[in-house]
Amino acid sequence: MKKEYKLLQGNEACVEGALMAGVSFFGGYPITPSTEIAESLASRLPLTGGKFIQMEDEIGSIAAVLGASLTGAKAMTATSGPGFSLMQELIGFACITEIPCVIVNVQRLGPSTGGPTSPAQGDMLQARWGTHGDHNLIALCPTSIEETFYHTIKCFNLAEEYMVPVILLMDEVIGHMRERIKIPDQKELMIINRQQPSMPPEEYLPYRADERGVAVLANFGKGYRYHVTGLIHDETGFPTNDPKETSKLIRRINYKIENAKDKLLDFQKDNTEDAELIIFAYGSTARSALRSAHEAREQGMKVGTFIPKTIWPFPEKAIFELAEKVKTIMVCEMNLGQLVYEVERAVKGKARVELLSKASGELITPKDIMKKVVEVYN
Amino acid sequence: MAIKEKSGIKKYLRLNKFPHIWCGGCGNGIVLRGILQGIDDLGLEQNKIVMISGIGCSSRMPGYVDFNTLHTAHGRAIAFATGVKLAKPDLHVIIITGDGDCAAIGGNHLIHAARRNIDLTVVILNNSIYGMTSGQYSPLTPYGSFATTAPYGNIEQSFDLCELVSSAGATYIARSTTYHAMQIPKLIAAGIENSGFSFIEIILHCHTYYGRKNKIGGPVEMMEWQKSHAVPISKKGSNIDMTGKFYIGELKKTRSPEYCKTYDELISATQRRKES
Repeated sequence: MKKEYKLLQGNEACVEGALMAGVSFFGGYPITPSTEIAESLASRLPLTGGKFIQMEDEIGSIAAVLGASLTGAKAMTATSGPGFSLMQELIGFACITEIPCVIVNVQRLGPSTGGPTSPAQGDMLQARWGTHGDHNLIALCPTSIEETFYHTIKCFNLAEEYMVPVILLMDEVIGHMRERIKIPDQKELMIINRQQPSMPPEEYLPYRADERGVAVLANFGKGYRYHVTGLIHDETGFPTNDPKETSKLIRRINYKIENAKDKLLDFQKDNTEDAELIIFAYGSTARSALRSAHEAREQGMKVGTFIPKTIWPFPEKAIFELAEKVKTIMVCEMNLGQLVYEVERAVKGKARVELLSKASGELITPKDIMKKVVEVYN
Repeated sequence: MAIKEKSGIKKYLRLNKFPHIWCGGCGNGIVLRGILQGIDDLGLEQNKIVMISGIGCSSRMPGYVDFNTLHTAHGRAIAFATGVKLAKPDLHVIIITGDGDCAAIGGNHLIHAARRNIDLTVVILNNSIYGMTSGQYSPLTPYGSFATTAPYGNIEQSFDLCELVSSAGATYIARSTTYHAMQIPKLIAAGIENSGFSFIEIILHCHTYYGRKNKIGGPVEMMEWQKSHAVPISKKGSNIDMTGKFYIGELKKTRSPEYCKTYDELISATQRRKES
């Protein structure tokens, strides 16, 4: 395929990215504002020999995705707030059984049915902590249509590399906004496929992790007959009550992500060198933040921006380093304050943390941000 | 009873995982025996069998068998199985579920898998109670029965799951009991062979909770009850009083398009259209 430019909606860019990454299974349930992802894949997947199924609900959707993934398929689902809530139990199942999958959450205003067509960033903490028990996962947050394309590819790569569910946290603005993007040649992209065992089946232990702490799960049907369970299990995959094995498993599935943090973190810093105030913003809000920071500079205020692209794991070290240099970190988010807690935790009192929150179902405009910058700059 | 060395089913067991967790006298072992015999009779390749379960006593079965095994979350076995089967239609997918797992929390997945007529074989072990959590009433606990959460007698009506999946679109439906153990392999084999959604209900005893709570007695008395209440479907239409009784045998055998095959045809058709 030669390089081509396309005018795409965020949800469409997500589909293009998924196909580029090799998605071969989608299980989902219609929900605004993510539905275009399902619609588009329903039409595109059969053309590539892939499978699409509209399940009876979001619990069934993620279950089907995990089942498909165990056979080796690159599997994904897309949903929004209420559906994301329904998926939480099985996100935990995916974490403990180490079944890779991609879950797109195009965030809308909540709680409950909330505002189906209104943007929000209200699921930032749910993405990390929504399922019960100690677990860890990866979540990315795109700020543009082009980033949505590349982040979707990255989500598949990370899921396959770390055998973990990876969540793409879009918001309604990113999902429905249109921008022109350049679609690259697939050959230019790095596509990661999960490891497969190389030893004979009788020596295979599915949960004997590699040096990174990552399980190597053979595709079902390939001659490695093993057991997968949501119960605490040892390296054989079978249930155990042994406290040592229990602790070993729970620590491993958490630390395999924590230990890879430096590799996983992705953030964008602009004009932070001499800054007195840093705007911390993500998703569609980051676009307004960049514009406001530019305006503030024009008005003589030393303002920079910090835009996390990886949300989980959280870039606390980078934020602490900034906090040592600046007076204020101003967090802007389309909720009543979620990642601001993470920022406060990272800052460790080294800088003042201010919050610009908006939970009206409207996006945060550059004007909103400028007003707050002027208010807290000194 | 020890399995004879010569028995064809021994190769399917993960013998180092025994003893099993089930109570002495539980009927789950009889059903396991029947399922493995049915698989052996068909001569299926072990690597191509996927056994998937939800949560509950019977759902621990996949841990004991040497197939690709997946012990999922409560109620979700059929939804996981849908993903496995659709992604890799050459695998034989067998679901092990219980009355709580299948009829309560997993009821919606059951209906819709039957409606799609996707080629899955669901074996429900119906013991009329939640055994794993020690004796609460399920959607299949008979009216008036006692359970830890029905201390004054169950005031909810139970229902016929075979009729439910029949109206939903299942193409093979059968029922048996642990008393009729010799019948189970044949039903399992026919269910696996059916290209479509197959549903096999096995009525079995839980003497530990259902039997004790309802003062019915032990496994022997409960199996005697199965014997006296099961009526072969061949006798349908004769003048038997069916009050409190149920039919066993092959209740429905029909044909309709299978979901994965239809999807593969759709793939071929869209790709042909793309080329032309």
